[in-house]
Formats: sequence, structure tokens, C-alpha cells
Amino acid sequence: MSITTALFQHHKYCDEIFADAEEACANADWEAGAAAFQLLRGQLETHFSSEEELLFPAFEAASGMTSGPTEVMRGEHRQMRDLLAQMQGAISSRDSDAFGGAAETLLILMQQHNMKEENILYPMCDDHLRSSDIGAALAERLKQA
Amino acid sequence: MHPSLSFDQAPPISVPYRFFLAAPWFGVMAGILLAWSGPAAFASRWTPEALALTHLIALGFMLQAMSGALFQFIPVAVGGNVWRPRLVANTVQPLLLLGTLLLVAGFLFVRTDLLSAAVPLFLLAVGGFVTVVAIALWQTPATGVTLWAMRLAIGGLAVTVLLGSLLAESLARGLSLPIVELTNIHLAWGLGGWALMLLAGVSYHVVPMFQLTRPYPPWFARGFGPLLLLLLLAWSGQYFLDDVRWPVAIGLPLVAVFSAYAGMTLWLQYTRRRKIHDPTSLYFRVAMLSLLVFAISGAAFFLIPVIGADPRSVVWLGVLAFAGVFVSAITGMMYKITPFLNWLHLQRLGAPMSAVPNMKKMLAAEAMTGQLRLHVLAVLLLLAAVWLPGLASLAGVAFACSSAWLAWNLISAVRRYQAFRDQIRVVALHR
Repeated sequence: MSITTALFQHHKYCDEIFADAEEACANADWEAGAAAFQLLRGQLETHFSSEEELLFPAFEAASGMTSGPTEVMRGEHRQMRDLLAQMQGAISSRDSDAFGGAAETLLILMQQHNMKEENILYPMCDDHLRSSDIGAALAERLKQA
Repeated sequence: MHPSLSFDQAPPISVPYRFFLAAPWFGVMAGILLAWSGPAAFASRWTPEALALTHLIALGFMLQAMSGALFQFIPVAVGGNVWRPRLVANTVQPLLLLGTLLLVAGFLFVRTDLLSAAVPLFLLAVGGFVTVVAIALWQTPATGVTLWAMRLAIGGLAVTVLLGSLLAESLARGLSLPIVELTNIHLAWGLGGWALMLLAGVSYHVVPMFQLTRPYPPWFARGFGPLLLLLLLAWSGQYFLDDVRWPVAIGLPLVAVFSAYAGMTLWLQYTRRRKIHDPTSLYFRVAMLSLLVFAISGAAFFLIPVIGADPRSVVWLGVLAFAGVFVSAITGMMYKITPFLNWLHLQRLGAPMSAVPNMKKMLAAEAMTGQLRLHVLAVLLLLAAVWLPGLASLAGVAFACSSAWLAWNLISAVRRYQAFRDQIRVVALHR
């Protein structure tokens, strides 16, 4: 198991709860939708902060790259947090269209983001951080969420 | 430093859009041409109208849209650096447009001098495009099945255009080449080696991503491209082997490979996690069902020579491949790419995120779904018109209307982009 396996698997888990939230809100099942969305938002927040507080600083320290890929990833986390806030607003005002539009945008952004991490950044992290124990810390943090 | 770290090499938004905005008008032209020529057009694949229609769709619609999409897709999906995308697009596109119109006019008015005049334009445009794309695809440090399929596809495009040029020159100069066999090989490389290879490579990437399906099984994604390439090489052997059994022996496994891709994609879609249907996933479904029908009818034509000998059987396959598979899949892709590119480029202008409208406000779902319904109707009418020639004009009108609607939808999306961009700039000025 590599350092980033837990993060990789967590991406798939977030995809699943995204699909649940999107389906419920599209059908105007707001109670289930709100519950699924809270779970999604919480899980994504845990994922983002685990990367920003544990993985990225460790990678930056080990590789010396502070303004490269991690900076792009942080920027995309900001964009996704903003879209999540828009989705929250749409749930509060029971607006299926606004929710669907923001969800669609989040999905593509999230998938592109995940692909960049899984194909480029995570392999680099695995390379640079091979001897560290950061993998266990990441797995622990994602498990507690 | 890792060479593909700059994730933001996407080209200016005008690069893909100039191709996307041109493509539907060739669909409109094809529809009008069919409506105007009526029942005669579909009598066989060799009528001037059928040849003109084929190239309006293959070069005008498909090659335009696929080139535009590649400029966008290569940096984003496989981390490749396309050399000066704006310059290349600005050079390649006018050459392609002019070459396509000359070629189509040459077929339609049986003017071999026009065919001959189109050849250098295509060699220049596609030669330049293939070179630039091939360099980007071979220099990227990325790996994976999508990248390999794209490398094979770009080779397929080169072979197709070389064979097409040879055919055009041989008609213009009266060379004694086996035209039928060469055309079959040209067609197989164009539809299989270029278009389907690219579609499959892109599918490995976008089907799981947009629709939250499981990934294509690795054995499938690794095997499909090389197997297709091998079969195309074998198919090309009919040029040298004067045996009527050869095309059947290769054609059957070829259509089996097509149906495996269609079946696999439909299965992944059927078992997907995301329950929402959007126009892109529906368009993909139409494309894959058309490909399945293509494969089944192709097998039937090979196995039952009585039906296969009817010149209309190949026209039937042509309608399925061009209108059913590729126009559908490409339209679905443009409907996904365009709203997202609008959003992506607008939020890069530095507006506060919440000021940038979401994807659904860029292109209304109703407009896309309505156009999809008309497109499906047009494909069904086209298929019916193969056997009931009286329907040809009506089918042409339907296809022209559905293509015009697509053009209108894309234009609206681009105008919305411009309007929001101007708003954001005004707000920025007054801040």
C-alpha cells in the first residue's frame, strides 16, 4: 500500500456520496438530499484539509516545490469549496436547478482535479515521501471523518 | 522537475470554439444537399451525392470538431504541450474548410480538377496538425491507455488522408489503381483507425469521469486499440490478396471488436453510480446503440451475401456510422465541453467565484435535450430513407434542422460566455 492509497480510495467514496446527493436533490427529495450533501461536504472538507495540512507541506518540504502542483491543487480546493457553498445555498432555498448546475460544475472540476492528483501528484508524493509515516496519518484522519 | 506540472496549458478558448462553431454548418449543408437531391442520393455509396455527403460529415463535421477537441483534450487529459495552438488552429482550420468545400464540390459536380486541387490543402492542413499533435503526444511524460489510443488514432488520421489523396489523384489523372479496394481501406482507416480509435481513447477517460461509471477493465482498454490496429492492417491486405474471402474473414472479427466496445460502454453506463441522465450520456447511448446495430448489420451483410450485395446495404452502414455513431458522440461531447470551458475561462478572469454562472446557465438542458430528440428522429428517418427512398428529402430536412439547432445552441453558449465576460470586466473596472 502506498502513502496515497487512502486518499485515492477516498476519492471513489466521495464520488458515491456525490451521486446520492445529486440524485436526491434532482428529485426534490430535500430531506435525503440535505443529509447526503452534508456527508459529502464534510468528507470533501476532511479530504481537502488532510491534503493541505499533512500531505502538501510534507511534499513541499521533501521536494522543495512550493509553488508548483500543490499550489494549483489548493486553488482548485478553493473553487470546489465555493461550489459546495453554492450547493448549500440551493438546498436552503430548495432550488433544484441551481443545485444541479453547481453540482454538474463541481463534478467535472472534481474529476479533473482527482485525475491530476491520482496520475501526477500522488505518484510524486509516493516517490518523495517513501520513508515517512505520513500515509498512516492520512489514513487515520480520513477514517475518523 | 516533472514536465507536466503546469496543469494550465489549456489553449485560449477561441481555439476549440472556432472548430466547434464551424462543424454543425457542414451538417446543415449535408441535410440540405440530401433534401435537394432526393431519392437518387442513397442509391449506392458511389453516387456523386453520397460521396459528397460522406465527406461533408467526415471532414466538415467530424474532423473539424475532433481537431478542436484535441487541442483542448491533449493538455488537460494527457499533459501534452501542443505547439502554439492559436497559430496552428488559425492555419489549419481555413485550409481544412477550403479543402473540404473543394473536395465536396469535386464529388458533387464530378470535377476531378477540384478533387486534385483539394489534395495539397489536406496534405498541408492535416500534415501540420498531425505533426504538432504527434510531437505533443510523444513528448508528454504521461502514460496510460487513453494516451496510447490517441497516438494510434493520430496515425490512423495520417493513413486516411494519404490514402484519400492517392484516390483523388488517381481519379484526376486516370491512374489504373484498384479504386474499390483502396476506397474500402481508406474508409476503414478513417472510421476505425482514426475516428473510433480516438472515440475509444477519449471514452476511457470521460465515460468514468462524467458519468461516474467503473473504469473500463484494463484488459479491455489495453487490448482494444492494438487489436483494432492489427485488424485494420489485415483488412488492408485485400489490396494485395485477390481473394473475396479475405474481407469477410477480417470483417467479421472487426465488427466483433466494434460491438465489444459498444457493449462494454453501454454496460458501464447501465451500472453507473450517477443516476442523473444528461444530454451527453444520452447522446453517448445513441452512439453506442448505433455502433451495435452497425456491427450486427455488418456481420449480417458479410454472412448473407444476398443482402450484402444490395448497393444500399453499405449506405445503411454509412448512415449508422456517420450520423448514428460519430455525429451523436461528438455532439454529446461538445455539449459537455462547451459549458465547462465557459465556466473555467470565466472564473479565470478573476471574478469572485459566485459571480460566475454555473454550467447549466451556459447552455440550457432543455435546448440540448430538444436538439437530441430531433437528431434521433433525423437518424431514424435517414435509416428508413435507405430502403424507402421517398423519405430522403424529409430525412435531409430533419438532419439540416437538427444540425442548425446544434449550431444555434453552441452560438448561444458562446454569446453567453461573451456577455458574462463583459459583465465581469465592467465590475472589475469599477472595483
